[in-house]
Amino acid sequence: MSMEDLYQEIILDHYRKPHNRAPTLDDEDVHVHHSNPLCGDEMDLRIRVDDDGTLDQVVFDGEGCSISQASASAMTIAVAGRELKDALELAEDFRLMMHGEEPTRLDDLQDGIAFQGVARFPVRVKCALLGWMALRDAIETYERGASAHSVTYDD
Amino acid sequence: MSFDVATLRKEFPTLQQEVDGRRLVYLDSAASSQTPRRVLDAMDEYYEHLRANVERGVYRISEQATARYERARTRLADFVGAPSPDGVVFTKNVTEAMNLVAYSWVRRQLGPGDALLTTEMEHHANFVPWWHAAQEVGFELRSIPITDAFELDLDAARELMADGNVRFLAVTHVSNVLGTINPLEDLIAMAREANPEVVVTVDGAQAVPHLPVDVAGLDCDFYGVTVHKMCGPTGLGALIAKPEQLEAMPPFLTGGSMILDVSLDQVTWNHAPHRFEAGTPPIAEAFGLEAACDFLDELGMANVRAHEEALVGTFVEALTAAEGVTVYGPTDPSKRSGAISFAVDGVHPHDLGAMLDGYGVCIRVGHHCAKPLMRTLGVNATARASLYLYNDTDDLAPLLDGIAEARSFFAR
Ligand SMILES: Cc1ncc(COP(=O)(O)O)c(C=O)c1O
Repeated sequence: MSMEDLYQEIILDHYRKPHNRAPTLDDEDVHVHHSNPLCGDEMDLRIRVDDDGTLDQVVFDGEGCSISQASASAMTIAVAGRELKDALELAEDFRLMMHGEEPTRLDDLQDGIAFQGVARFPVRVKCALLGWMALRDAIETYERGASAHSVTYDD
Repeated sequence: MSFDVATLRKEFPTLQQEVDGRRLVYLDSAASSQTPRRVLDAMDEYYEHLRANVERGVYRISEQATARYERARTRLADFVGAPSPDGVVFTKNVTEAMNLVAYSWVRRQLGPGDALLTTEMEHHANFVPWWHAAQEVGFELRSIPITDAFELDLDAARELMADGNVRFLAVTHVSNVLGTINPLEDLIAMAREANPEVVVTVDGAQAVPHLPVDVAGLDCDFYGVTVHKMCGPTGLGALIAKPEQLEAMPPFLTGGSMILDVSLDQVTWNHAPHRFEAGTPPIAEAFGLEAACDFLDELGMANVRAHEEALVGTFVEALTAAEGVTVYGPTDPSKRSGAISFAVDGVHPHDLGAMLDGYGVCIRVGHHCAKPLMRTLGVNATARASLYLYNDTDDLAPLLDGIAEARSFFAR
């Protein structure tokens, strides 16, 4: 295992120049806050849902390692414009990939594919999942009719 | 007198390993130290020759194992200058030692109107048990802040004690994050002046492995020790106490070994320290502890401290001078121990830790179980390199190289 497996160039690009990183989102529908006390990562994720039930925009903000920040950045691009159910399925595909399974939606994951190698670094899997799990929570929160939710990971 | 680190390293099997063809550079002894061969041998001796339960057998190997277990108690008492071997209670670790005090003293003695004073630099082990007790029995929790120089603010401490309501003081001897060695004599004297009845607990987890410690001389009531940070095995710690405190305290955990008599309607507790050691204790670990104390005393704790003081000076100076590095902790080596927390500009501690692992360098990253302190420092996490007797100046270059590489890697 080398550092290059973990830190692919695509990952570093997202880390240095994150997409959709913003502290606020106009007309946001849901804001979730996820934190991982173990490593001190904090993630604020905001989504706006279109009238037709698709994800109009996803923005994130917070603090964390390169893997967590880059993965969230890649996620915001991969899920934008998707139907909520579809975005949830894509999040599940990513989650399974982080647990060593072959992804089924290579093209849809877009730059998310670059994180496949992270699955070999067990302590970093949670980092890569942080943004995606926050997205899943945001969509589920929206479907419950709520506008905010906060989650603290306990392991 | 000093010791030769290269020779010393040969006694530590783990330090003989290579990672990807590089020498393993272990800079995480504040989390747990490595173990010399003779400590492993002492534990093997128990398993190979004296494997029997203690404090209850009538046959020879059990009697011998018991004698060795009790000898370890006396050995530790001697090593840390305990008031008496009867004031040494074996626990699982320092966390359990603090919980013993929280349950058998604090929760019974403190209540509304009382205050417990702690500090902003505590490890959760010396904070959460008091916080939990405060929630449940309703005393006030106060906390001494730190200064810009990463030391306890003694002026603030005096004010916090001024009303005379502080009945319990809980403070760490050495900070596991900042490395700060606290002025315990001054602080304890101040607390006793404000309230002569104050009970003082010291967290010695980061002191006993690194400094000559004299618990009786400190005049504290309780002092916590954890053996896995002092060249000993995991699974063993101790609460050092004034025997008269222990004798007045009810038990914490109950069951076998800690009683004198049991009938269906009456139980008589054993005397201290046995009253606080319910069930079969970590016996092999006590054998290991005795060997660890012998090992450290042969080196001489004053020599260990002198070695580390010189080394931490070199490390702190080099890290402070390194581009993009901020050190959180005292700069004067005489005021600090070998735990060095730092931040690297543009590199998250987690990424730095992963990068250094690629160089065979082991450091700790995260909040170091000191979240109140992280909040004071205004960070979520730090990187921490920590030194021990087997570290030397040759461990500095791999650390600095890794930091420089991480900076160019992530900042590109
Ligand atoms: C200052 C301090 N206190 C308490 C502890 C807790 O030690 P243990 O986990 O062995 O109980 C540690 C070590 O992690 C420490 O550094």
